[in-house]
Amino acid sequence: MSVPTVDASALASFVYEEARLLDEKRFEEWYELFTEDAFYWVPLTRGQPDGENYTSILFEDKLLLRIRIERLKSPHALSQQQPSFSQHVLQAPLIESVGADGRSWVMRAPFVYIESQLDAQLMLAGVTRLHLAHLDGRLRIKLKKVELVNCDAALPQIQLFP
Amino acid sequence: MTTYRNNVAAIRALVRADAVHRDVYLSQELFELEMEQLWRNTWIYVGHDSQVPAAGDFYTTDIARQPVIMLRDNDGQVRVLMNRCAHKGTRLLSATAGHCEAGVLRCPYHGWTYRLDGSLRSIPLKAGYEGTAMTESPAGKGVIALANVVNYRGFVFARLAPRGIGFEEYFGESLTSIDNMVDRAPEGRLEVAGGVLRFMHDCNWKMFVENLNDTMHPMVAHQSAAGTAKKLWADQPPEAPKPMAIEQFLPFVNGYEFFDKMGVRVYENGHSYSGVSFSIHSNYSAVGEYESLMEKTYGAQRARAIVGEVRHNTVYYPSLTIKGAIQAIRVARPIAADRTLIESWTFRLVGAPARLLQRTVMYSRLINSPASIVGHDDRHCYRSIQEGLAAEGNEWVSLHRNYSPAEREHLAGVYNGTSEVSMRGQFRAWAQFMTAGMTGGEAS
Repeated sequence: MSVPTVDASALASFVYEEARLLDEKRFEEWYELFTEDAFYWVPLTRGQPDGENYTSILFEDKLLLRIRIERLKSPHALSQQQPSFSQHVLQAPLIESVGADGRSWVMRAPFVYIESQLDAQLMLAGVTRLHLAHLDGRLRIKLKKVELVNCDAALPQIQLFP
Repeated sequence: MTTYRNNVAAIRALVRADAVHRDVYLSQELFELEMEQLWRNTWIYVGHDSQVPAAGDFYTTDIARQPVIMLRDNDGQVRVLMNRCAHKGTRLLSATAGHCEAGVLRCPYHGWTYRLDGSLRSIPLKAGYEGTAMTESPAGKGVIALANVVNYRGFVFARLAPRGIGFEEYFGESLTSIDNMVDRAPEGRLEVAGGVLRFMHDCNWKMFVENLNDTMHPMVAHQSAAGTAKKLWADQPPEAPKPMAIEQFLPFVNGYEFFDKMGVRVYENGHSYSGVSFSIHSNYSAVGEYESLMEKTYGAQRARAIVGEVRHNTVYYPSLTIKGAIQAIRVARPIAADRTLIESWTFRLVGAPARLLQRTVMYSRLINSPASIVGHDDRHCYRSIQEGLAAEGNEWVSLHRNYSPAEREHLAGVYNGTSEVSMRGQFRAWAQFMTAGMTGGEAS
């Protein structure tokens, strides 16, 4: 059986696709990209060692992501009566490192993120790193880490997914 | 339009026994007066002394929009200085935290230096002031050190007004909530740890402070967050160990009876805590060897009493709210009538297992982060009030729930948890300390 090739272009496409699913609010498909033990992490400080012993803006396992996505579907989600929309603009994703097994990668993509809710608009910028692995014939996310350039700023609400 | 400046009667008329006028949330003039009066006449939380462990360590923040430095002097005292050079007003320190090299505060503009108590140390080319009145002027007196600063078990408070109510009299028995939070540490002290969440709210500061002991909102406003968590967990067998996040989310959608029976204790001067009998933090899983460490320090009986006291939120009116049972605090920093920065700080119980800090950090992230789904709905409600109050036809905000005229005579006490008595108490203090420094307001 031939192992499907995962070249730089396929990896970059995956990173673009991940952002696109979020911006198109295809949250179920987005959720399925993550492995069962995955985390989605937006640290609160630069160089933050972990999400367990330090507070983060977001540090979500699949359970918390599930709750977040289900809530967005709920008619009781008050803060979304006026829905929010997002747009990621990514710089070309590059392979930052390759795992020893040759089947895992860290992709790095600087980004600008806009989140809007009627007249309110929030702009964030930073670097996203997707820790990817090739499992069961497809690419999966083990960790999505989003380092905001202004992680320590007094931020307004961030309701979607930078 | 009413002008409130120098108008004690008009300010007092905003607060009725069971309602407040919308201007307390909307008027920028009243906001300015709050900063000049209420926030100067009362004791405001500045920071925790573990943020400045060594002599020369500093932390910068603000009180009532005035820039201040909290630092540790050489004698070990924590002082609060105005962050303003005596010369031309430059902020002496710009970093949020750091260390004063060689125990000196040095102005970045003209190099005036000060000792850690604020006294003037040196001025470049000092001869230029010979024969001038500089030395006798305020510039010659050095950096202003606040006279009224109290370090209560690590929590540093200051009162800007030179004269006014004393610390003990102002907080009274409400300080037992800080006691309980500190006593929860096997070594009897707390350390700031885990970082600070800074969440900008586009609402009046009082909406946030009132909300902390508003027990009629969680089951409604947080239905989409905690209710979803509950629904997702519903399929699990009862004996399945609850993940920490589920344990923390679920009690938010407990029923009215739970929140009513939990009780609220109200003190004079705007302070209160809900969770007299129990709270949403009562049924968290035990953490490792924590209980045995506590017993070693305090003995079994006292350890049980400390850990068994699980207050919900304690409001130290107007600036600080604490959650002793979860070792997290929230600090309100008003910016404008419709703008408030909420800072959430977390603490390590010194001597306790690391898992407890992890629980604290998770709670703060789930509830207080700008990305918190609980916070989103709270903030949405605050903002909706800010906008809804513009509607004409009803200028009053109702605080009638469980009101009894007996409160006017004697407020302090324990009430049913869903009463709005804590808010009535806050506004009574508001009217008092808003006018205490005004001509005609002293005898309130």
